[in-house]
Amino acid sequence: MNVTPPQGTAPVEPSRETVIELERVTKVYRTGSISVAALRGVSLSIDLGEYVAIIGPSGSGKSTLMHILGCLDVPTSGRYHLAGEDVSHMSETALAEVRNRRIGFVFQQFNLLSSMTAWQNVELPLAYAGVSRTERKERAMEALARVGLAGRVHHRPGELSGGQQQRVAVARALVTEPDLILADEPTGNLDSVSAADVLRLMGELHETGRTLLLITHDAEVASAANRVVGIRDGLLTENDARFVESVR
Amino acid sequence: MSWLETVRTGVNGVRSHRLRSFLTVLGILIGIAGVIIAVGLGEGASSQVTSEINALGSNVLTITPGSSTSSTGIRQALGTASTLTTADVSALSSPIDAPDIKAVAPITSSTEELTAGSETATTSVQGTTPTWLTVRGRTLAEGRFIDNQDVQDHGAVAVLGATTASELFSRQDPVGQIVDVNGVPVTVVGVLTSTGASSSSSSTSDPDDVMIIPFTTGAERIFGGTSRNSVSSIAVQARSSADLTGAYQEADHLLLQLHGITNPTNADFTITSEQSLIAANTSVDHTLTILLGGIAAISLIVGGIGVMNIMLVSVTERIREIGLRKALGATPRVIRRQFLVEASVLGLVGGVLGVVSGLLGVLYLPGLIGDPISTSPTAAVGALAIALAIGVLFGVYPASRAAALAPIDALRTE
Repeated sequence: MNVTPPQGTAPVEPSRETVIELERVTKVYRTGSISVAALRGVSLSIDLGEYVAIIGPSGSGKSTLMHILGCLDVPTSGRYHLAGEDVSHMSETALAEVRNRRIGFVFQQFNLLSSMTAWQNVELPLAYAGVSRTERKERAMEALARVGLAGRVHHRPGELSGGQQQRVAVARALVTEPDLILADEPTGNLDSVSAADVLRLMGELHETGRTLLLITHDAEVASAANRVVGIRDGLLTENDARFVESVR
Repeated sequence: MSWLETVRTGVNGVRSHRLRSFLTVLGILIGIAGVIIAVGLGEGASSQVTSEINALGSNVLTITPGSSTSSTGIRQALGTASTLTTADVSALSSPIDAPDIKAVAPITSSTEELTAGSETATTSVQGTTPTWLTVRGRTLAEGRFIDNQDVQDHGAVAVLGATTASELFSRQDPVGQIVDVNGVPVTVVGVLTSTGASSSSSSTSDPDDVMIIPFTTGAERIFGGTSRNSVSSIAVQARSSADLTGAYQEADHLLLQLHGITNPTNADFTITSEQSLIAANTSVDHTLTILLGGIAAISLIVGGIGVMNIMLVSVTERIREIGLRKALGATPRVIRRQFLVEASVLGLVGGVLGVVSGLLGVLYLPGLIGDPISTSPTAAVGALAIALAIGVLFGVYPASRAAALAPIDALRTE
């Protein structure tokens, strides 16, 4: 069932500059007769090159929002355009392709495959994109050099520190040149030095024109972003001046 | 993602869990090797028996003494009577009474110890007439066969089977040598050509381990016994395979008449054809092959269930990996393929190793157990195909489970 409006295929409206366009998105989980609304009508627009942090306590709907923004799940109602493409009603296979092409993920637990070396981990999304082996290796090495791990390309995750592992994960998110880098609590498992290191890396990426979305419960981490959006009880509170101020 | 990439990923998956993969492969290996050896054993036994029966000669009927019926009407066990005599032999040899019979050879046999110098051998010694050679369809490797003069003279001459000859005379030409049988020295005049039937263990005796002496010599000088005219068995050769039925009826009729038996069910002899022997043996071997193959097939299925079990464990254990791969852009189809390839690799590696160990078994087991095993390329290729099919078949369900995992559920699991 495709409810894309007629003009939806042409990237005119929403505009070319808009990476994320959420319109009254809701997500309701049903367990038997009980239904829980995790998102209750969320609208959000993020432009190309923005560095946005979404901050909220646990249970606020933050994870659900991250899943929908990351195309890991589809909304119950409302519309989601990612880089001009309506992804609200896509099939599992189509979503996988969108994730591969448009989104780079950085997770709290790094999620590196322990049996593979750093560069093999980094080239993985390129393999799913069908890029040739030689080009994959070249681009993976480039991405690793960019996060400052040129000397660690043949190390396995177990041989790297937490901060280094997360930098490998950032390289993996970068390597496909995605429209959006989605970082879910990227500093949650790191000591303060490594956390600052990773945040500095993300700041550098922002300066080179990347669109970054940081999801966190930590106000200090959120303050690294240029724009902070709060989430509480399934609603965004961007216009809540007090909330934003409390974060700044 | 290309097939080549998927195969590479699958192989890496297998290699990163070495012990587990090895144990799974072992299950398939044992099953496949079992199938190959079982089928080989069955076929080996069958071809051995067939070649031994063929060595008995073509279009041949064998008449053996049956049970005699006592005066009180109680039937004795088979072979208890020595009802066949030289009179029966001459009657069957008559071209008027038995026109379909080409040649008749009386056989008296006994297992005797042979001595030649320091060598000894225990061998079936058969007393017969010159017709034996054609009836049995045998040829001579060297020397001559016993002739009518030998039979008339009760000559102390003998012809040795190839195996017997090499056992007794490993270094010298057997022809012209003296062999001592039951204290009677006989001169070796010829050696039979080997039939090629392998060393025997079971149903029939080795046609190459034999000593042929003139019928009269055996009866008068070597075997002893009460009746000099009695015969252990009579081999009858029909003129052609078409005349076999006729020859059977003539022999049956003549012998019943000679023995004065009116009711054919009381016959004191049994006539068997090589065809009936082959049929009986083939059906036994067929049953054996099915039985052995069945057991091996069950172990193969157990191996397949092992593959499935391991793949299911693997899917559960690697749920985060699956979630991550999906987040990075792996479609359900790619994930399914990856796990299918892993299962197939397990099946295929098990299959190849199984075929190798099966063939090694076929090569070395006969030396240990003494039974011949045939190598069957069909069984080897078939087993390999089955192993791959098992990998795929038992991999489908785990692979589909992996493909159906929702990326968020997979990533959420700690």
